[in-house]
Amino acid sequence: MPDLLSGRQLRRWLPWLLIVVAALVLPVLLPPFRLNLLGRFLSLGIVALGIDLIWGYTGMLSLGQGIFFALGGYALGMYLQLASLQPGELPEFFSLYGVKSLPAFWQPFNSPLFTFFAIWVIPALVAGLLGYLVFRNRIKGVYFSILTQAALLVFFNFFNGQQKLINGTNGLKTDTARIFGELVGSDAMQRNLFWLTLVLVIGAWFLCRWLSSGRFGDALVAIRDDEPRLRFTGYNPTAYKTVVFAVAGALAGISGALYTVQSGIVSPQYMAVPFSIEMVIWVAVGGRGTLIGAVLGAVLINYAKSLVSEQLPETWLFIQGGLFLLVVTALPDGLMGWWRQGGPARLIAMVGWPPKAATYPSLDLDPEVQAEQRRFDDGSHGGAA
Amino acid sequence: MTLLELRGVSVSFDGFLALNDLNLQLAPGELRAVIGPNGAGKTTFLDVITGKVKPSRGDVLFRGRSIVGQSEHRISRLGIGRKFQAPRVYQNLTPRRNLELALRAPHGPAALLFGALSVEQRDRVQQLLAVVGLEAHAHQPAGGLSHGQKQWLEIAMLVAQDPDLLLVDEPVAGLTDEETARTGELLRQLAGDHTVLVIEHDMEFIRDLQAPVTVLHEGHVLCEGSMEQVQSDPRVIEVYLGSDTQEAA
Repeated sequence: MPDLLSGRQLRRWLPWLLIVVAALVLPVLLPPFRLNLLGRFLSLGIVALGIDLIWGYTGMLSLGQGIFFALGGYALGMYLQLASLQPGELPEFFSLYGVKSLPAFWQPFNSPLFTFFAIWVIPALVAGLLGYLVFRNRIKGVYFSILTQAALLVFFNFFNGQQKLINGTNGLKTDTARIFGELVGSDAMQRNLFWLTLVLVIGAWFLCRWLSSGRFGDALVAIRDDEPRLRFTGYNPTAYKTVVFAVAGALAGISGALYTVQSGIVSPQYMAVPFSIEMVIWVAVGGRGTLIGAVLGAVLINYAKSLVSEQLPETWLFIQGGLFLLVVTALPDGLMGWWRQGGPARLIAMVGWPPKAATYPSLDLDPEVQAEQRRFDDGSHGGAA
Repeated sequence: MTLLELRGVSVSFDGFLALNDLNLQLAPGELRAVIGPNGAGKTTFLDVITGKVKPSRGDVLFRGRSIVGQSEHRISRLGIGRKFQAPRVYQNLTPRRNLELALRAPHGPAALLFGALSVEQRDRVQQLLAVVGLEAHAHQPAGGLSHGQKQWLEIAMLVAQDPDLLLVDEPVAGLTDEETARTGELLRQLAGDHTVLVIEHDMEFIRDLQAPVTVLHEGHVLCEGSMEQVQSDPRVIEVYLGSDTQEAA
């Protein structure tokens, strides 16, 4: 690999190198509180991957991923409520509302195996059903977005009002429960959960990579770019959209469960409208259509949010709004898109330090020529593989 | 035995009759040209066959069976392929991947996820790339191709789909004379094994096709026959050809 360190290769691999180093070094360096924050934000990267799959690749902007995120969180939350009880006991909050026996739908959550599947299968089923009904009727674009947001509100209001079933607006706490005899909120357990999150983010990345790279991924891109055309070629886009929306739902559920145990609570606030919109912003800022961008966006924005909020709590919303405006106006492909298209070099050039050019600067540094060159390179690598 | 038959098909858009009692038959292996002035209903006619638009009256039969009311992808799987007026290729996919998507193969999500293309199918794609001269561009996104290359890619996609009936809407719009001649050659080759229906404005091209011509006017078949017969028909000259050929001359 003679050109391993050339600009293009560097642009491609540097983000990965940074991530690997960060994943190995940060758990050692960071105090438990910071590490826990990082774990929470990494878990949000999984829901962001799902959004990238349905929005970045398939062109469906869902503003309702909070539904599936919260469903996963509640599934795990309910299990943890039951896990540390003595036989015959009820979770504490039930006594406040005069509930004497465990509601029937709680019963299966006594089983860890059931819970393991419920975390991702229930969100996937709900997403698949909701998606199928919407896609079958050829509802798309902004109407799809509005529908998902309306569905989100329906779920939010339902969960918020059901004190006797799931403790309503107070949510379910998880910190005082025990898994394998260890308190969920303890530092040791949180450290383990960080590693688990890291493994699952990587797994989710490979899943999305697999889905988006082959002919299935081509069909998703074709749906995004020209859905009617694909119908006339014999494809039924409804099937593809349903599958991919269900996968995004499952990822959101896993993300919600991991976020819940690292935050210590699951509540209807996970289905608040702004939170689901923020998820979309992470993907937009990180780089729509680049999987790693979705994860980076989720982690960086949330870490920035937590750092800024510690110092100047009232400014964060302005910064977030500004970031979104910046991406919409100047960086349509997000940070990763900008990075891959040689953005940093151009930025340096703007302040009067032109990058080195191998041939003629006017050719070598022209973004369009570069893009052509890159496409050609990517293509021939892909073809040879 | 007819492959495709339209029986008294009418399409009404808010009272405006885009197609008005249209009757047409295509025999297997036939090459047919359809012409008509703007607004004659040519594209609606293709929309009806491919399931995009439902006729308000009449029936469409493919191999003797009605296909009215079926969804687009089912009609496509029956063996009806369509090339659009403006070239519609998937801009962000390479020509190779465009062709791989178009191949006649199982089209379900599971097939695309778990099934690999056979060696024959890969060869077929490679061969089609060579036929339309896009081998050198096989790895760039199709959005960067020239207009003529996109037209050719879309025709190649139609061939990859290998339908029994090819509906080709304005295949030579915006092509050079040489490309136009090659397109005509390709369509003539396809006819015989396939049934080909071509909609075109380019009279020279239609004449070179040496195919029977159907003239549409106001959603209705005005007349049918060879190009010479059609051109000498006073009704055709009145609505369309007369003014057009004089302009061209």
